[in-house]
Amino acid sequence: MASLSNYISILDPSLLVVMAGTVLLSISASLVGTFAFLQKRSLVGDAVAHAILPGIALAFILKGEKDPLILLFGALISGWIAIALMDFISTKTKLSSDTAIATILSVFFGFGILLLTYIQGQANGNQAGLDQFLFGKAAAMRQSDLWVYGGLALVLILAVFLFFKEFSLLSFNPDFAQSLGLPVKTLRFILNTLMVLAIAVGIQAVGVVLMAALLITPSAAARSWTDSLKPMMLIAAMMAALSSFAGSYLSFIAPSMPTGPWIVMSLSLMALASLFFAPKRGMLARLLQQKKHQRKIRNENILKAIYHFSERSDQQKDWLRIEDIQGIRAFKNDSLKEGLKQLNRKGLLLLKSHQLQLSKRGEQEAMRIVRLHRLWEMYLTQRLRLKSDHIHPNAETMEHIISPEIEAQLLRELDYPDLDPHQSPIPYENDN
Amino acid sequence: MTIEAWYIIITGALIAASTAILGSFLVLRKMAMLGDAISHAVLPGIVVAFLLSGERDSTLLLIGAAFSGLLASLLIELLHRKARLQEDASIGVSFTWLFAMGVLLISAYTGQVDLDQECVLYGEIAYVPLDLMAFGNTYLPRPLLVAALLFLIVLLYLLFSFKGLKLMSFNPDFAQSLGIRTQVWHFTFMAMVSLTTVLAFEIVGAILIVALLVVPAATAFLWTRALIPMIVLAVFIGVLSSFGGYGLASVLKGSIAGAMVSVAGLLFFSSLLIKLLTPKKN
Repeated sequence: MASLSNYISILDPSLLVVMAGTVLLSISASLVGTFAFLQKRSLVGDAVAHAILPGIALAFILKGEKDPLILLFGALISGWIAIALMDFISTKTKLSSDTAIATILSVFFGFGILLLTYIQGQANGNQAGLDQFLFGKAAAMRQSDLWVYGGLALVLILAVFLFFKEFSLLSFNPDFAQSLGLPVKTLRFILNTLMVLAIAVGIQAVGVVLMAALLITPSAAARSWTDSLKPMMLIAAMMAALSSFAGSYLSFIAPSMPTGPWIVMSLSLMALASLFFAPKRGMLARLLQQKKHQRKIRNENILKAIYHFSERSDQQKDWLRIEDIQGIRAFKNDSLKEGLKQLNRKGLLLLKSHQLQLSKRGEQEAMRIVRLHRLWEMYLTQRLRLKSDHIHPNAETMEHIISPEIEAQLLRELDYPDLDPHQSPIPYENDN
Repeated sequence: MTIEAWYIIITGALIAASTAILGSFLVLRKMAMLGDAISHAVLPGIVVAFLLSGERDSTLLLIGAAFSGLLASLLIELLHRKARLQEDASIGVSFTWLFAMGVLLISAYTGQVDLDQECVLYGEIAYVPLDLMAFGNTYLPRPLLVAALLFLIVLLYLLFSFKGLKLMSFNPDFAQSLGIRTQVWHFTFMAMVSLTTVLAFEIVGAILIVALLVVPAATAFLWTRALIPMIVLAVFIGVLSSFGGYGLASVLKGSIAGAMVSVAGLLFFSSLLIKLLTPKKN
């Protein structure tokens, strides 16, 4: 951390302004990007980022210098043309929307490269730094540019706050927004304009090629932490701010490196960590939850198999062998042993050198599952009029899911039946 | 025209023809953006292979790039299926990350890697005639030979797997029901796309490859949807773009690859215009 404080202390005020500007640019991009993400238009954002290159180059050719306002104007025009063309191609031709996106992206970008190399061939002294639009170099921005871009970023953030309600309605349910009498077309126009502007501003920090990351990655990461929009936007903005800070810090340590890729690298690592390890919605949490569920179902199936054995066999025996259970239902051997141990630990099962017996509580639990299975079969035949040979698979699933409340409701609906559709008795707790 | 100009044009044409063939299937399978993602994502593999081998033409390069292309498509699948991230965002997050990694590696080892950021973006097809290889007394440009080899590989791939590719593109469910292992076809196809990207990388750059993959095929699709005519037309448009691009670039003194893409784009938009303005039969 010594080098970090060193970093901050040796920064002169103008460098601090550059950093604040970069942070502001990425926050505005991440906020606007959240709406693009929700509308599943992330790759449209990628295409627009590539597509503003010819606009910038043409603006430079016409004006002859790097006036930020003129360049922004050029970017806005070509970004808009790109969006309109993509919509046009995917609605008026049979080409799929992703072909339309890829076509516009690559043609505009190729044309932009042609213009850029043409400018470089013209040997105009003012062109220096135009190629920084490709990978971004925040530190190379001039103070006057920075005020324009930073100011615009602030305006964008403000606009997102002002239109928050309208934009979220538009993103989640455009039909509903229309039925409320909202001017959907105008709103969409405003949102698209904000996106083009956010991209034109954001490429100062990360460049054209990686701009998509600044739009998409923060919201993709934030999505795995929350289900509601406001916290999601807050988290996205914080991640964007943190990574652009980290990006400029890292490119300070290694000055030869472009800022953009470092920002994207730190942003991506945060996103991957979120997607894999976030509690509840992360991949790992999901897998663990799934495993837990599978274990619960297997253990319930073991209890049921033991119950079925004692129901079917003629001679009553207290202690069962593992093979007896395997005879009722084919479990995998390791999985069965694991399940027996777990049931034993929960006090549902007594184990004695390769023999086993249900405890009192285990017996009740087994009865509960068999009861749910048979009640559900009853419900399916009586209320849904399904044939009795069609109902078993569905009951196999439902027996693990039905809650005590639904059980009580089923019992009332069916008036406490004694036999299921296959004429097997439905076990109740105080029967035996 | 000079012999150097012919070298450049023929190299461009061979690459455009190879990509047009593969691109036709990308467009039909609605996977154009996956092609875009893979072409970005092979970058770190290429750079690492460069660092390990220290030279341009090595099999290590191919392996590195194929590996990172495969890694990208696996990462996209993982994020989409297991982490439940929507597909467009899975593509966006994966390829920007891998591409950023590639650019960082290039700038970290500037002295040791014979690669620069511009070369990544738009290649150096203009230097094709300078990189000569000796065959007894005759000298031929190495990139030209690489492009010819690539075209041959793609042509052979097309011949041997035409039926499978056709089924996969038009009716994947039917293909599956016939017992065709669609996953295997999918990954061999993706491997071919990665291979093409790598071989064409140093000539037209990683990003413009996407244009050559998608644009000629999309243009051909506007005119016909019968598979074989579409492929033939796409190849023709790709070759035409190579000729036109060379001409445009020598007028403007700009990037040849950029000009090739611009010409391909021009052909696309004029086809679009003609198609929309001519009244449809019946």
